[in-house]
Amino acid sequence: MARINAGQRVRLVDTEGNEAVDTFFFNAEDPRERYSAVDTVRRQRNVYLTTGTELVSNEDRTLLTIVDDTCGRHDTLGGACASESNTVRYAHDRKFMHSCRDNFLLALLNWNEDFSKRDLGPNINFFMNVPLSADGGLRFADGISGPGKYVELVAHMDVLILISNCPQLNNPCSGFNPTPVEFLLWDA
Amino acid sequence: MPSNAFLLEERIPAGCHHALLLKRGYALRLTDLSGDGNVGLLAFNADERSERYNMADTLKAQHTHKLALGNVLYSDMGRPLLSIMGDSFGWHDTICGTTNAAMIEATYGLNDFQLARNGYYRNGRDGFLMELGRWGLGRRDLVPNANFFSTVTVDDEGNIGLSEASYQPGAWVELRAELNVLVILSTAPHPLREGPAAARTSEASRMPKPGLPYRTEARRHEHATATGNHSRRRPLHGPHQRRAAGAPRGYGRQ
Repeated sequence: MARINAGQRVRLVDTEGNEAVDTFFFNAEDPRERYSAVDTVRRQRNVYLTTGTELVSNEDRTLLTIVDDTCGRHDTLGGACASESNTVRYAHDRKFMHSCRDNFLLALLNWNEDFSKRDLGPNINFFMNVPLSADGGLRFADGISGPGKYVELVAHMDVLILISNCPQLNNPCSGFNPTPVEFLLWDA
Repeated sequence: MPSNAFLLEERIPAGCHHALLLKRGYALRLTDLSGDGNVGLLAFNADERSERYNMADTLKAQHTHKLALGNVLYSDMGRPLLSIMGDSFGWHDTICGTTNAAMIEATYGLNDFQLARNGYYRNGRDGFLMELGRWGLGRRDLVPNANFFSTVTVDDEGNIGLSEASYQPGAWVELRAELNVLVILSTAPHPLREGPAAARTSEASRMPKPGLPYRTEARRHEHATATGNHSRRRPLHGPHQRRAAGAPRGYGRQ
């Protein structure tokens, strides 16, 4: 969790490629206002995030805009992995694997105990490839990112960024090999 | 299903909001009477309301971005809240959320209470909040909703659109509660719906008129689940419900 002030830029770099970076945002002044995947999709009439995408809040305001993207496409419908969904999707013995939900909850509660699970909604999965099909399907596919690819955003208001570099080992979202991502923040 | 088999039958005017507690093993049928309908739905575990319908977990666990017969609505805790056990419609949207006041005004024009009294144009966000507030919930609990009776297609580039196939008068869907579920409904238009301001060729407002209702019907599912004896169970009630014609006594206001 980190604060990004209005006008500042943030860059996430997929250093070794094929990573998934689960990311969520709050209005820093009013955390009841948060990133909304469905409002983002609805406003741009497209399910994939890339350069030009405005990240929209649950109050229909722009939190940040994606201003550069060398990957080309990012997901916002797959959500964050959790012991619960891993158990449903894979097997009961996956319950104790590390997950983005664990990362999210720990970071939120360490930041401020006014936060709880209720404050989470569907997040962004930067660098993750979740194609939707014309017949209504959705799947987690091999990544289209590569070493050194990055996405860059500019903040339109003071926001909190919540990041979990996805530890998922059950599907190809992190290439079955979670690797580091670089987080850069600067005054534009 | 003969109408006298329903324990409750209600008509929800377009644009309005409603909630009901559906006990485990009971089912709810939603019917889009006009064909123009959209029913936004949120679902919570009535016994532990921090457990709620989770769009992303529902989609990825079933490799789908539509809801249809056989799908379940998963909670964030990995448990089905509602199962779609009947569906004449075939493709219900999950990825577009709901409308807010500014969107409704931009799409349909200004028609507030001062102008139109109870015919005023309502929106999904405010409707959900007013209903959530009645149950001790609030903005934090307004997560992405399902949109029944609205079909949203996606092309290869990811562009989305509301399908004409959404117009199906009489379409219905049946949802069975797998836990005790608080169901919150909004009958505001789908957020991709084009109104007269967007589609100037339209002769009349496509905002569904109040009085062109949606119908909700709760009934006990005939097939009790393996773990429960439902003969002693009673549906829990939201406010302002009346006994459906033919329903057994004792299911009225409690």
